[in-house]
Amino acid sequence: MISTLISLWENVLIALRALAQNKLRAVLTTLGIIIGVLTVVSVASIIAGLNKGFASQISALGSNTLFIHKYPWIMKDDFFKYRNRPDITMKDAEYLIKHSQLAESIAPATGTSRDIKFRNNSLSDISVAGVTIEHELIEGYTIADGRYFTQTEIDRDKPSCVIGWEIKEKLFKDINPVGERIKIGDVSYIVIGVMDKRGSLLGHNLDSEVYVPIGTIFKNFGSRRGIRILVKVTSPEMIDEVKDEIRFLLRVSRKLKPQEEDNFSINQQEMLTNMYKQLTGGLYTAAFGIGTLSLLVGGIGIMNIMLVSVAERRKEIGIRKALGAKRRVITFQFIIESIIICSVGGIIAIFFSYLISLVIDKVTPFPSSVPIWSVFMGLGFSTFVGLFFGIYPARRAAKLDPIECLRYE
Amino acid sequence: MQSLIHLEKITKIYKIGTIDVHALRGVDLNIQPNEYISIMGPSGSGKSTLMNIIGCLDSPTSGSYFLENELVSTMDDNKLAEVRNRKIGFVFQTFNLLPRASALHNVELPLVYSGIHANKRRMIAEEALEKVSLSDRKNHRPNELSGGQRQRVAIARALVNSPSLILADEPTGNLDSTTGKEIMSVFDDLHKAGNTIILVTHEKDVAQHADRIVHILDGNIAEDIQVNNH
Repeated sequence: MISTLISLWENVLIALRALAQNKLRAVLTTLGIIIGVLTVVSVASIIAGLNKGFASQISALGSNTLFIHKYPWIMKDDFFKYRNRPDITMKDAEYLIKHSQLAESIAPATGTSRDIKFRNNSLSDISVAGVTIEHELIEGYTIADGRYFTQTEIDRDKPSCVIGWEIKEKLFKDINPVGERIKIGDVSYIVIGVMDKRGSLLGHNLDSEVYVPIGTIFKNFGSRRGIRILVKVTSPEMIDEVKDEIRFLLRVSRKLKPQEEDNFSINQQEMLTNMYKQLTGGLYTAAFGIGTLSLLVGGIGIMNIMLVSVAERRKEIGIRKALGAKRRVITFQFIIESIIICSVGGIIAIFFSYLISLVIDKVTPFPSSVPIWSVFMGLGFSTFVGLFFGIYPARRAAKLDPIECLRYE
Repeated sequence: MQSLIHLEKITKIYKIGTIDVHALRGVDLNIQPNEYISIMGPSGSGKSTLMNIIGCLDSPTSGSYFLENELVSTMDDNKLAEVRNRKIGFVFQTFNLLPRASALHNVELPLVYSGIHANKRRMIAEEALEKVSLSDRKNHRPNELSGGQRQRVAIARALVNSPSLILADEPTGNLDSTTGKEIMSVFDDLHKAGNTIILVTHEKDVAQHADRIVHILDGNIAEDIQVNNH
């Protein structure tokens, strides 16, 4: 046992010496391995970064909320099919509020975009969200300064507004906005509160929004507009049940016949997550495909170069055998050498993946980091390739006749 | 049987294409411990084949070979490797050192294969290099050494496992006559120190160093004579 360990270490030294003799060749040989491992580890780190980014992008949607829209978030059919659907209206929302037993809370929402103005400062094309009292709960709003709407303000379509964090920063600078009047389009609104920072949702900046009672949108900016309905569910386990109920109620309210398809869509965060998972799953599959192929090609390269190495070093093999190296020892020596070439390739690849991930992290908006499992997997695969493709050349070396080898010059 | 080497009706037949080449045709030979013996013969006589068989690099087609009362002629590859490692020290015409390794590492090599621990190995190898007066060259590579020095490294390597016999194949064949004489005196000293030495050579001068000369001709022992020139 001890002698095995000693010979393991001996063989590592022997292999390192042999490789040091032929550095360029070793690196070129291992190129296939490098590319294979690099592909897999880089893609893994990019996806790990995307995962983080994506999770933070959609977290604002909340996993307990259903979104009733005219359009599905992910369209499987032609867009025109959905375009001919009737808009979601306040009537739908009212019907649901009146009849739903299972939903925790239901809120219609709509929006537009307008230029806003405070004294001489103005911001163009700002999202104006029409909200109700329920939004505070459903969307989890928190107020940094001032207050949220009261039921009366919502019911009476009062021209008051809550502004996003960034609007305050850009439009008011050092002035306390609460109590000030701003113009949304041509209509004057009074600021009653400032929202806490909310971050972004799928690239849309939630801090650069103005919130107004939903009725004022219809009154001031046009009544012929579709809305969406937010449905809050008490817990994730309830989501399917609530979905069924909502669907049933909407079909009844819209008088759809049994054979008719839904003319509305009930969207949820899960749809985006699923789509995202499919997408990254595809990426993973592609990366593994490329990686496996490169490892295969790399492995054949390793085998080739090991065969050359065995042929070149027949004299050495002869000497070692004459001095008492058994077949097993020679086999071991060459397998170790092959494994070391491949592992070095793996290490080089991981080093480069780390650099790539660093560059992606700095240059692109996506966070990127090399996941630790991919490092182990990369090293594991490259070692395995070294072992697998090293066996044949090593066995060939071990079977050589020492007399023939010693005669070789 | 007290012999160190006992060969009985050793034959070796090589097949070259469809032709059988009889390299050895029934050789009987006994070598006692601490003998100093030369094996001579022209090329093609079978002396290399005999040397390979004595050195456990090759197995005979028929016949028995006992090395220290151990039947080695029927051993497999791995067993033979073990016997070579423990019992035989080789010295070759072309030195056969590992070119990339230092003198010390070359000398250590047989000890590596007998599984001796690195520290102990180094100690034994340094001792062996001292015996051939090369302590000051231990970190040099073969290409940094003269022919004579290389052959002395090879002799140190042959000695390092305290083998039962030293098998030298044309040890002076690649050396000039002065260096050759030096090397032969090393063998003489080793013999005096109690080692068994087999010289394979076709040079009379070299063969004369031994106490016994065996002539091989056409795969048979033609002559086996004791000489006493010391």
